[in-house]
Amino acid sequence: MSRLTLLSLQVLVAVVVLVLWQVFSSVPVFGKILLPPFFFSNPVDVFSQIVTWFSTGVIWKHLAITLWESILAFVIGSAGGILVGFWFARQPRTAAVFDPYVKMANSLPRVVLAPIFALWFGLGVWSKVALGVTLVFFIVFFNVYQGVKEVSTTVLDNGRMLGMNERQLMRHVYWPSALSWMFSSLHTSVGFAVVGAVVGEYLGAAAGLGYLIQQAEGVFDVAGVFAGMFVLSAFVILIDMGVTVVEKRLLVWRPTAARRD
Amino acid sequence: MEMTEPTAVALDNATVAFRLADGRVYTAVEQANLSVAHGEFVAIVGPTGCGKSTLLNVAAGLLKPAAGTARIFDKPLAGLNRDAGYLFQADALFPWKTAIDNIAIGLEIRGTPRAEALERAHKWLASVGLGAFANRYPHMLSGGQRKRVGLAQVLIRDPKILLMDEPFGPLDAQTRQIMGNLLLELWTADRKAVLFVTHDLEEAIALADRVVIMSAGPSARIIGDWRIALPRPRDISEIRMEKDFHALHREIWSVLKDEVMKGYEQSSQAGAA
Repeated sequence: MSRLTLLSLQVLVAVVVLVLWQVFSSVPVFGKILLPPFFFSNPVDVFSQIVTWFSTGVIWKHLAITLWESILAFVIGSAGGILVGFWFARQPRTAAVFDPYVKMANSLPRVVLAPIFALWFGLGVWSKVALGVTLVFFIVFFNVYQGVKEVSTTVLDNGRMLGMNERQLMRHVYWPSALSWMFSSLHTSVGFAVVGAVVGEYLGAAAGLGYLIQQAEGVFDVAGVFAGMFVLSAFVILIDMGVTVVEKRLLVWRPTAARRD
Repeated sequence: MEMTEPTAVALDNATVAFRLADGRVYTAVEQANLSVAHGEFVAIVGPTGCGKSTLLNVAAGLLKPAAGTARIFDKPLAGLNRDAGYLFQADALFPWKTAIDNIAIGLEIRGTPRAEALERAHKWLASVGLGAFANRYPHMLSGGQRKRVGLAQVLIRDPKILLMDEPFGPLDAQTRQIMGNLLLELWTADRKAVLFVTHDLEEAIALADRVVIMSAGPSARIIGDWRIALPRPRDISEIRMEKDFHALHREIWSVLKDEVMKGYEQSSQAGAA
């Protein structure tokens, strides 16, 4: 399939869905409207809501807040994950002691922490960042831990025979290996940073995309809810494309990354 | 061996044993005596699983013998053997470094300025015939090319001893011959003591000054030591046609054959059990 055919087919799917949505929400079928506008709104209203947000410029503030929260959650969560991942992988005893607690913390559905974080950090940016951090941390932590553990013994022996001391092994062997594992999960961890931010906003905030959706829902503005969802999807896709670019640059040495697409 | 020559590697009654998971002790190599003179090329040949690599790891300091000693230039070996370069059987290049960085790293960690390390790495890359591949990552190179980079990575540090563990094992026959000739060419330019492990007797005779034969494991022993008096410089593919080569091969093979059969039987029994 050529690129052009593929693209036109992809666009066709969206067009069909939108047209069906518009038709069923405005034209009665056998005297009955299948998608009542009160519950399902319609594409025209949703689109005009999005246009209003962007033309008045209201949306930028919310986007900026969500983006900022996601970035903070990603950076802090990753830093913590890398640090603890390295520490546990190099200190098997510490890892063994903390193992049940790590599993316990990871198995906890993070959403239940949101009220606690709202109490601790208030309704501002930091309670959302905290939620995102708990999500990002474990993904990065497990990957870095694995990355350090799975360093090939031959490569390690080679480093030693070439005269590397512990610090140099860290820098030239453990660190690149751990990073490659972390980057392989970059899409997931960045995605979770956004999830943390939006869910946090939804549960209690004064700004952000999650807040926007929650506000619309509160006044039964279904068009607003859908508009918020679409903006959020576009936002996540853009971030994901950015991640792909970064990933391609950083993992050129990996056969899988180089041969992808 | 003349006593005046400094001995690069000397193993005296080296025994290597491992503790197995079920608590029993497995003796891989028993009371091995082996010496490699300065500038001498020694090949160790033995059936699969006889502990050839184990002996090499002892010389490298990666393994401590359970009994006996390893001496490097007449000093007992403690910790890693800092005089040795080790060419591994498996891929040992750093996959996240380009060919040139893989070669330069040995100098860089020693404190050589990066510019100088890179310059010398480029010379080594050219001398292993990969001048045009400086910026390739290991996965973009063929198996033979990776071995060339590995050879340059080890040799750039100018070790006095070169330890090689079936380095050309995974390569095809033609590439092995080319690599063998390259190795001899580099070795002739600057004679290092070489300890070369292989299961290929022909390769061993073609390359080495001495061929050492090990018995089948467990508790493998050194059971033969032949001086290979074939003239140098040698060409790996041509030397195999010579009459002297055949005579040596026949003589050594008559000893090795029984051990290979023993090793084969043991491994097939172990597989059946």
